[in-house]
Amino acid sequence: MATDKLTAEKINVYYDEAHVIKNVDMAIQANTVTAFIGPSGCGKSTFLRCINRMNDYIDGFRKTGNILIDGKDIYDRKVNVEALRKEVGMVFQKPNPFPKSIYENVIYGLRIQGIRNKAVLDEAVERSLRQAAIWDEVKDNLNKSALSLSGGQQQRICIARTLAVEPSIVLMDEPASALDPISTAKIEELIHHLKSQYTIIIVTHNMQQAGRVSDKVAFFYIGELIEYSSTKELFINPKEELTQNYITGRFG
Amino acid sequence: MFHWFGIGCTIFGLLMLAVFLGSVLIEGLPRLDWQFFTSLPSRKPENAGILIPLLGTIWIMVLTSLIAIPFGVASGIYLEEYGKKSRLATIIEINITNLAGVPSIIYGLLALEVFVRILGLGKSLLAGSLTLALLILPIIIVATREAIRAVPKTIREASYALGATKWQTTWFQVLPASSGGIVTGVILAISRAIGETAPLIVIGAMLYTTTIPVSPMDDFAILPIQIFNWLSRPQHGFIVNATAAIVVLLAITFILNGIAIYLRNRWQKKVKW
Repeated sequence: MATDKLTAEKINVYYDEAHVIKNVDMAIQANTVTAFIGPSGCGKSTFLRCINRMNDYIDGFRKTGNILIDGKDIYDRKVNVEALRKEVGMVFQKPNPFPKSIYENVIYGLRIQGIRNKAVLDEAVERSLRQAAIWDEVKDNLNKSALSLSGGQQQRICIARTLAVEPSIVLMDEPASALDPISTAKIEELIHHLKSQYTIIIVTHNMQQAGRVSDKVAFFYIGELIEYSSTKELFINPKEELTQNYITGRFG
Repeated sequence: MFHWFGIGCTIFGLLMLAVFLGSVLIEGLPRLDWQFFTSLPSRKPENAGILIPLLGTIWIMVLTSLIAIPFGVASGIYLEEYGKKSRLATIIEINITNLAGVPSIIYGLLALEVFVRILGLGKSLLAGSLTLALLILPIIIVATREAIRAVPKTIREASYALGATKWQTTWFQVLPASSGGIVTGVILAISRAIGETAPLIVIGAMLYTTTIPVSPMDDFAILPIQIFNWLSRPQHGFIVNATAAIVVLLAITFILNGIAIYLRNRWQKKVKW
C-alpha cells in the first residue's frame, strides 16, 4: 500500500458556536484523485480549506485535531503558512484570475517568491500553461488581459497559475461548476493528466463528475464523513443508506 | 406637484450658477494676461498680479499631497485590511466619518496651537500644508477604504492560495485593483484643500507679501485669501483682479475634478470582475 500523502485525525471545526465538521478521519494517498461529495453546507468545502489553511482568516474559526502532510502537522506553530500554500495549491469555484496579463497571472506565485530570472519565468509559464492544456490557445497572446478570456479559459489559467508554484497537492473547490460542458470536459481531462504528478482533492456537486475523475470518494453529510471508499465501491455498492439515498438523488 | 417643485429648484440652482459663472467670466477673463500671472502685488490694480498666491497655492497643493496621501492611504489600508473588528475600531471608524464633517476653522485653531506655536513652525507653508493635510485626511481615508472594499474577496483568496503574505497580497493585488478609486478620492480631497480659506487665515497666511516662496518654511499667500483681500478694496480695478483670480482658482478645481472623473470612468471600464 502506498504511503499516505495526507492524514486527517479527528478533525472538528467550529465557526463560533456552529460545529461544522465532526470528528473526521481521512487518509489520502499520493498521486490519487479524491472527490468530496455531499449536499450544500455539509462541510466538504470547509474541510478542503483546512488543508491549505484558508480558513485562518475567517473570524470565529476554531479547529481541533491534526492534519498531517508527509507526516508533518500543518497547524504546528512552527509551520509557515505561506510555505504550506506553495505546497498545497488551490483552484476556486469561480475563475478568479488577477486583472493582469495571462503571463503575469501565471508567474505571480513565483514572483512573490522573489524569482526574477526571465528565462526561469518564461519556462514556468510555458510548462504550466501546457500542463493546464491551454498553451495552444493563448501562446500568442500572453500579454493579453486574463479577464478577456472565456470562463473556461480563465479557469485553466487559474489552474496553470497554481501549477506554476509546483505544489504537491492541488485542492479544487468545484472547479467546473461555473463552466459549460465543453470546458468542464477539458478540466476533467486535465485532472486525469495531472494525477501522475500531483495529489488532487476535488469538491464537486456533480456525481457523474466524481465518478469520472476520482479514485476515491468521500461523502459528507452535516459535518460528518459518512462514507469514504474507492469510487467504484461507493457508487455501485454503498455501505450506508445515507450514501445510497444521496447518490441516487433521493435528497440533496 | 413635488415633481415640478424639484425641477424648479434644480433650474433655479443651475441658473444661479450660470449667472455667477457668466459674470465672473465676463469680468475676469479679459484681465487674464501674462502680466497678471507674473506680477507681484501692487497698490495699483493694473500692475498687481497673482504670482505669489498662485505659487503659494501650488506649494500648498504639493506639500499637502505629500503629507496627506501616505498617511491617508496607509490608514485606510490598515483599517480595512489589518485592523481587527473591535469596539475601539468602531469608535475610530465613527470618528473618522465625523472628522470629515468638522468645520474647517476648527482645524485652523488646532493647527495654530500645535503646528504654529508648539512645534514652532510659524506661519509657514509647512504649517499650512499640515493643517490642510489634517483637514483632508478623513476624506482620503474614507475613499481608500471604499476603494479597497470594492476589491472582491476572491482576488485576495487567489493571492493567499499562491503563497502570498498579507502584505504581498495588499501590495500586488489589492492596491493596484483599487488605485483608480483611491486616486479619484485623493484628487477630490486636494481640490477641496486648495479652496479652503478659513483655517489658513487662522494660522496666519499672508494678506500681503512680496517674497516669492522658495522653501516650505517661507511665509505664503494663497489664491482664496488674495481674492478675499482684493474684494475688500474700494477700487473697481481690484474687484476685476479678484474675479480674474476666481477664474484661475475655478480652472484649477475644474481641471482636478475633471481628472478625477476621467480616472474613475477609465477605472470602471477596465476592471470588471
